[in-house]
Amino acid sequence: MQRIRDRTLSKESFVLQMDGIGKEYYGNRVLNDISLAIRPGEIHGIVGENGAGKSTLMNILFGMAVIHSTGGHDGTIKIDGKPSHISSPLQAMQLGIGMVHQEFMLIPGYSITENIKLNREITKDNIFSRFAGERVKTLNVEAMQKDARKSLDTLNMNIEEWAVVSGLPVGHKQFIEIARELDKTNLKLLVFDEPTAVLTESEADRLLDAMKHIAQAGIAILFITHRLHEIIEVCDTITVLRDGHLVVQKEKENTDIYELAEMMVGSRITDVTREIPDISAKSTILSVKNLQVDMPGESVKGVDLEVKEGEILGIGGLAGHGKLGISNGVMGLYDSTGTVMFRGTPVTLNNPFSVINQGLAFVSEDRRGVGLLLNSSIELNIVFSAIQAHNEFVIKRGPFSQMDDKAIRAYARKMIKDLDIRCTGPQQPTRRLSGGNQQKVCIARALALKPKLLFVSEPTRGIDIGAKKLVLETLVRLNKEFGMTVVMTSSELAELRSICGRIAIVTEGKIAGVLKPTDSDVDFGLMMAGEINAAG
Amino acid sequence: MNKKHNNEQKPALTAGIEEIKEIKHLTPGEKIKKFLVNNMVTILFVILCGIGLRLSGLSMAFYLNDIVNRIARNSFLILALIIPVMAGMGLNFAIVLGAMAGQAAIIFVTHWGFGGPFGILLCALLAAPGALFLGWMTGRLLNRARGKEMITSLILGFFANGVYQLIFLLMIGTIIPMQNEVLVLSSGIGLRTTIDLSDGLRYGLDDIIRTPFPLFVLMFSAVALVVLVVLLVRMRSRQLAVDAPKRKKLIMWSVFTLVLLGWSLMTHFSLSQINLVRVPTFTMLVIAVLCLFNIFIVKTKLGQDFRSVGQDQHIAQVSGINVDRTRIQAIMISTLLAAWGHIIFLQNLGAFSTYGSHEQVGMFASAAILIGGASVSKATVGHAILGAVLFHTLFIVSPLAGRNLMGDAQLGEYFRTFVAYGVIGVSLGLHAWRKLIQSRK
Ligand SMILES: Nc1ncnc2c1ncn2[C@@H]1O[C@H](COP(=O)(O)OP(=O)(O)OP(=O)(O)O)[C@@H](O)[C@H]1O
Ligand SMILES: [Mg+2]
Repeated sequence: MQRIRDRTLSKESFVLQMDGIGKEYYGNRVLNDISLAIRPGEIHGIVGENGAGKSTLMNILFGMAVIHSTGGHDGTIKIDGKPSHISSPLQAMQLGIGMVHQEFMLIPGYSITENIKLNREITKDNIFSRFAGERVKTLNVEAMQKDARKSLDTLNMNIEEWAVVSGLPVGHKQFIEIARELDKTNLKLLVFDEPTAVLTESEADRLLDAMKHIAQAGIAILFITHRLHEIIEVCDTITVLRDGHLVVQKEKENTDIYELAEMMVGSRITDVTREIPDISAKSTILSVKNLQVDMPGESVKGVDLEVKEGEILGIGGLAGHGKLGISNGVMGLYDSTGTVMFRGTPVTLNNPFSVINQGLAFVSEDRRGVGLLLNSSIELNIVFSAIQAHNEFVIKRGPFSQMDDKAIRAYARKMIKDLDIRCTGPQQPTRRLSGGNQQKVCIARALALKPKLLFVSEPTRGIDIGAKKLVLETLVRLNKEFGMTVVMTSSELAELRSICGRIAIVTEGKIAGVLKPTDSDVDFGLMMAGEINAAG
Repeated sequence: MNKKHNNEQKPALTAGIEEIKEIKHLTPGEKIKKFLVNNMVTILFVILCGIGLRLSGLSMAFYLNDIVNRIARNSFLILALIIPVMAGMGLNFAIVLGAMAGQAAIIFVTHWGFGGPFGILLCALLAAPGALFLGWMTGRLLNRARGKEMITSLILGFFANGVYQLIFLLMIGTIIPMQNEVLVLSSGIGLRTTIDLSDGLRYGLDDIIRTPFPLFVLMFSAVALVVLVVLLVRMRSRQLAVDAPKRKKLIMWSVFTLVLLGWSLMTHFSLSQINLVRVPTFTMLVIAVLCLFNIFIVKTKLGQDFRSVGQDQHIAQVSGINVDRTRIQAIMISTLLAAWGHIIFLQNLGAFSTYGSHEQVGMFASAAILIGGASVSKATVGHAILGAVLFHTLFIVSPLAGRNLMGDAQLGEYFRTFVAYGVIGVSLGLHAWRKLIQSRK
């Protein structure tokens, strides 16, 4: 193992040194003797499979309550060379550590300003504060808005600072979190836990640019992502974790994506391939006419689309052109107009429940927003919607109905195996899963509905490259075995081309054309850029 | 994954959708429907009050006299509920503990023979440390009962009542020396079941200033108008788009106060019986100050912390807010206000039942604020005041209306008791139903 520390003589120049960090959750060891060190202005990438222990390591650094309420951790942390015992987020912040968490830490009912300034509100004196103390000082809303504006501007976000956060597109929320961290004046070290998982590619690019900027200002960055090319693009040094162990620490120059992937998973990864069935003779299962969807940042302006029974249809396109709006609109999550027919019957728009009852299901791109029941078991989460919508997994005994525990257990086990959900068993509460594994539970939940047609948006976001393949394979298998029609929206072209039979490209809220996966990169590029129209 | 803790109990598919629906543009029809559903409880009680007022056949002057008195008596207690709601702790039924502190202070001050405004001030000072201590204890307990704050505070109220009885029934005259033939039972141990304040604290606050009703309204609307105009002018100079709906509201209120102003002027110079209704102005002023305090708190750092903690404890904690301490502070403030509120309540009543008058304080105040349109997660000064008016109107008119309907005075009395509890049941029930409807959507 190559230690970065050996390269420099002066230890003093490190912002952060973590030494021999270990952690056990309920007798389950999730981190073993991890050490790393970062200098000011350095971007340090951390990669590893879902459940490898990345977020846990960062939670330790940030003094999160979940660490200390489960017995603390082993090892030492030094900030600026000084040993520091970080026992609360407040302390971490005072030491100059900022963190963009894997899950959103924004209060939905608050404005952007209120969120950016959360617990760091600017105040001014009033008559009472003179004798009643700091905390009854009045909020200086104008100064707060000015600050918020400033950090939004550094990220090139031209969104109103007084807008309420709930209902904003996911990408915006992510940037607001970053703006909040940038607003902290004493910032020395910034942790990004999978910030790009919820972003489109162009948004992610903007984020990477912003990160480089921040690093130039002398702030050290810890960056976690599953998109390895991002690591190669911005990081100076890289740590690879596997099953809670440190596999290797390397400088960027000495490695590449393939080596990283191999070290993460422990074996080479092959692509998913499949033969494309002929669908020309198949009937239409879903027809969409003049669909208009009012989804902020992804509005759809009149889409006509025919989905054939039993196909896997891809929807691609650049961010902000409305590809995400189509599935959200059909599923009733955003206001929409138009005619949608599913197997010959009209679909009621703007009503998510009736759509599900008709046999459609949806894995939203905003998986952080459509919550799991965090305190309930994995198995209950997986079958929950199916029980609610279709009364499945239920035994009827006269007037009483009971959950069919055996069937649920068996189904959950199968899903855990198929999607490689890393857990201690089907009864583990989902709260104790890593972020990526929680996302897999979301996918399993939609599959349990046994939909005739499944919409999936960005199915592999936040999921490691090994598991990515499993997710795609599961989609293909369900498509083949049960004839489940799949409409997959994704910003990763490679992913679309690997499993889809046809790929519809969306530009400016309309379908620009439909391509075959075998069409050339040039065709895809031109169509996305709006250069060719209705070519397919 | 799940960013909102309070979302956890919702079905997985609705969480998040609701938020999105929140911001979509509504047609006028939808707007009216939404208004009706959201204000169902209040609208029902407005209708009930209207019917009751007609049936009772009360004169305007009589009704005004009664309602003004009752508002002065009870509003402070109802306002004490607002801050815990803001901090996400629901309706604080444990204001009963504050009421006990206030009541204990009154007992001792009466024993010492003080009365009038000075007596009231003494009560307020005496009650404060006790109330703050009880609030601190309550807050700590509620921190251990996260998510079950309301039921815990309710049970805590019953439990504290036991302790209260122990003290005033058994310890007075034994452990706590008290020589007072009027207050203490003839055995020398324990307090009598009713305590009369008519020679001391009665109207101690109310009688400081009393003004005829029209004059009171005149002063009130004049001040309100000035404030509204200042706010409007300030808003104009800012010219922010966010202010537009607020400005509309302000203009509406200004027109309303103008009408009030005109009415009060006319009535003041007429021979109307309403001129005989005398408003306890000083008490009203105290209540107004508390309203302003509640509004002021929202705009401070402390208020922002209350709200942040109320919205999401986890996120508040991660941003470095001391969640436990903030919650304890909310309950301490609420308990202290309740103690003072109960002192105002009793000085207006003039006599009270030693072992019973504080018992229902939490229930009644909660029912009132719910009727006013509050929910367990949102309560404002407006909800509290409107609730006080509606709740007490029903109290005043129901026995009379009952008698006129059934032709039996005794029946009217039963009706009053029935209404008191019925109101709580119905408002909590309607509240639960409304929540159910909203979660279905
Ligand atoms: N609160 C908790 N209680 C118990 N176990 C937990 C808890 N949080 C995480 N774990 C376990 O710790 C291990 C590491 O999880 P961690 O969240 O650090 O993974 P990760 O590397 O961030 O993965 P991902 O890429 O999916 O976010 C997992 O096996 C997970 O089940
Ligand atoms: Mg993680």
